[in-house]
Amino acid sequence: MAAALFAFEGVTVEGGSGRTILSEVTASVPDGGITVIVGPSGAGKSTLLRLCNRLEVPSAGRVLLRGEDLAGLDPLALRRRVGMVFQRPTPFGGTVADNLRVAVPEIAEDAMAAALERTGLAGGFLSRAAADLSVGEAQRMCVARTLVTEPEVLLMDEPTSALDRDHRLELERLARRLTREGVPILWVTHDGEQVGRLADWVLALREGRLERSGPPDAPPTGAPAVAETGGRDVG
Amino acid sequence: MSGDVTFWGLAASLVLVGVAIALSAWRRLGLERDLVLASARAMAQLLVVGLALAFVLDEDTPLALSWLWVVGMTVFAADVARRRAREVPRFMVIALAAFLATSAVTLAVVFGLGIFPLESRTLVPIAGLVIGNSMNATVLSARRGVEELRDKRLEVEARLALGQPSWAAALPYLRSAARTALVPQIETTKAVGIVFLPGAMTGLILAGVDPLDAVLVQVVVMYLVLASAATTTTVVSMGLVRRLFTPDHRLRPLARPADG
Repeated sequence: MAAALFAFEGVTVEGGSGRTILSEVTASVPDGGITVIVGPSGAGKSTLLRLCNRLEVPSAGRVLLRGEDLAGLDPLALRRRVGMVFQRPTPFGGTVADNLRVAVPEIAEDAMAAALERTGLAGGFLSRAAADLSVGEAQRMCVARTLVTEPEVLLMDEPTSALDRDHRLELERLARRLTREGVPILWVTHDGEQVGRLADWVLALREGRLERSGPPDAPPTGAPAVAETGGRDVG
Repeated sequence: MSGDVTFWGLAASLVLVGVAIALSAWRRLGLERDLVLASARAMAQLLVVGLALAFVLDEDTPLALSWLWVVGMTVFAADVARRRAREVPRFMVIALAAFLATSAVTLAVVFGLGIFPLESRTLVPIAGLVIGNSMNATVLSARRGVEELRDKRLEVEARLALGQPSWAAALPYLRSAARTALVPQIETTKAVGIVFLPGAMTGLILAGVDPLDAVLVQVVVMYLVLASAATTTTVVSMGLVRRLFTPDHRLRPLARPADG
């Protein structure tokens, strides 16, 4: 295997009131394709993801990005290398263009339109008020907003949990396209079927411990499949 | 002087407390005990303060004692602010910094530009006015700031995840909190004279000062209050960023207040 994109070495994260969220996790993420972090709710999936852009820091152990210890990197520079999309869309005030300018203040109009088109939104969206977008559109705008910083890696924290089935599949296709363009993705989900559709590599967590790491052939145990109701399955 | 209240006058004013108590009893508000306690406490506190002030403001007492009084007031106010904004971790230090900054700015202007002469008679009341009036803005902007950052946590983290430093990620939310604290002050300033006669002016007129002189003092007072509210909210915003974010630009967990 090539050098790991992320390597977790004995990572422990203590939450408030002494609760252990992650316990001595040692795993690596391959540098390419989609790595899916899967497990039941409360397993520590989001925390593992947030360690990768230092929205969380380990209480013990260390996290490496292509061999560099994250603790030694400037967090602001790191976060522009490692983009993140959250569970629910997070539109800021103002128009879609204003939102993209939060990421890159001096961005040109055509670069903004190109970023939107990359996520399947027409350039005409730029002048729309971000608050008026549908959930699916807002989530794609958030992906575009992250992409304009030209990240090396994309972290996606259950990004489809607030979306209906069509938008969910659309975002999955977008993720696949991005990996083909050379942006590896870490994708958190508790949806077993999504693992089957997306994963090139799987990290399965349970109760803060690494349960399994490897290719997706053998479905990870303990990952409950979520019924495809087309509705919301916010975890 | 026409404004003197005799002890007979003071005793007579207790009739007003009696009216409040009677109304509370009649409407069964259950506030009679609180009314008695509050009225008695206010009188006792003010009498003690009056006696102390009479000593501090005496022309023979050195000005240093007045400064000491101002320091004491500042610390006391910071402690009150801390108790009123418990959800802000170690708020005492932020409140102290806010009151010190606002005192420095306003006293420098008032005495530096010769609006009032620097003496005990002016220093103590002006400092008290500034600190007392910035208390609300301090507490309100801090509580609203924490509330905004807690409720918009996902948005704040999305900004941090785009590589914004903590102060920039917090700015839109703290700005809205500062506006909430300042707007009532600005509205009051606009309505003054038309809707109500403010305390300083009313007091001066009752004490027999010429109304036009009282108005001039009141205008200075209102500007003092505006400047001090703006200064404290700015210091509070800066303090909150330091207190609520880690040095490596992460938003700390924010607890909900135990009581409103």
